[in-house]
Amino acid sequence: MPLMINSLKDALEKKFPGIKLRVLRDSVLLEDPQDLTRITQYIKESPDFRLDYLSSITASDFLDYLETIYHFYSIEKKSGPWILRVRVPRKNAHVPSLVSLYQSAELQEREAYDLFGIVYDGHPDLRRLFLWEGFEGHPLLKDYEQEDTNTLESRDVEWLKAHGVKVPETMEKNAAELKASGKRALAEKPAEPRQA
Amino acid sequence: MEYTENNSTIDPALRDKMTKQNVFVTTLDFIYNWGRRSSVWPMQFGLACCAIEMIAAAAARYDIARFGAELFRASPRQADLMIVAGTVTKKMAPNVVRLFNQMAEPKYVIAMGACAVSGGPFADGYNVLRGIDRFIPVDIYIPGCPPRPEVLLHGLMQLQKKIDSQSIRKAEWYQKGLKREFPIPELGPHGLVPKFNPEVWQPPETDHRATHYGHVIRTGKKTKAPNLEPVAVTPSSPSSSAGA
Repeated sequence: MPLMINSLKDALEKKFPGIKLRVLRDSVLLEDPQDLTRITQYIKESPDFRLDYLSSITASDFLDYLETIYHFYSIEKKSGPWILRVRVPRKNAHVPSLVSLYQSAELQEREAYDLFGIVYDGHPDLRRLFLWEGFEGHPLLKDYEQEDTNTLESRDVEWLKAHGVKVPETMEKNAAELKASGKRALAEKPAEPRQA
Repeated sequence: MEYTENNSTIDPALRDKMTKQNVFVTTLDFIYNWGRRSSVWPMQFGLACCAIEMIAAAAARYDIARFGAELFRASPRQADLMIVAGTVTKKMAPNVVRLFNQMAEPKYVIAMGACAVSGGPFADGYNVLRGIDRFIPVDIYIPGCPPRPEVLLHGLMQLQKKIDSQSIRKAEWYQKGLKREFPIPELGPHGLVPKFNPEVWQPPETDHRATHYGHVIRTGKKTKAPNLEPVAVTPSSPSSSAGA
């Protein structure tokens, strides 16, 4: 595998002089996200690679930055997976979209946008895919604050009362206290590691 | 499961004697419950992998038809039983509650599998409802991941016993002022609004999940990430490796 990925790196460096690439395990990391479009166009059309199938687009949160990871295969040459990585900052993450090259990128980019908040520039219809409209935040980011589903908040209490459901007094009081302190009911934070 | 047998007050010896004379004696409760328990029609409705076991229970090998529950109805209006087979995501939960509201009385719910009972392995996720009993009343809980078809059949038999224990005089669906329309939750900015229906379910006093095995289960913020950068390997001196 490292041999294979090194051949890709060498070919790209030969084709685009001055491009910044790094090999991470079995993948190639592009230092500049804006290189993605021309590199992908080249590996899709070059007779040496012919990566005609974009199998998956996913993302990963490394706390200091986000990564978008692309898995390519070549149906014609029966090779793959060829893995490209792109690093973007956690705030205001922008990556060029591949929809114009691979139709299959459309839903996968929407998924990564939904769960990680990475904006794919040039995507024709960048909406949430799995979660509903009006959901706040991107839940696969590691600093996503998850709600505590066992504690009612004032929003829930108001809703329940509007629908004629009796709410126990302790829950109502708890929700009012939460609202007064301006906090949300959040799930448990991680504990200290257990003593050996 | 706690249940009371619906014993007939007729003397069985007298009943047998009269049956030989082609006179059939029964009680209204007995024949009413016999009819209901022998034709529990489930709703054709599966959410995840537990639905595959439910299908297996309906197919020839396990054959749920032996218990009169083979007619999986495609409409909630014609169904008596809702088998919640699989993970109920927060996005799906409003639809499950709506379907339950559309079923005609008397109606029953079986929560099949760990996910429908409590959220199962996905209970800590941002997207999964921790048990369908937060919004609708559940009659039979079947744990398992997924439960085998035999267990579903056992659950159905338990439900039949529950049906048998009900009396036509006390049946709640014939009482005036029965409120069996459960409010359908909405999709809010962080999950479902409300998080549960306190008339149906309330959180336990002590959260045993949180303190299980003496440590808090890890959810929420994570602090570790894998390091992909190649680590510089210091060449080990030959003397130390020989000593090892």
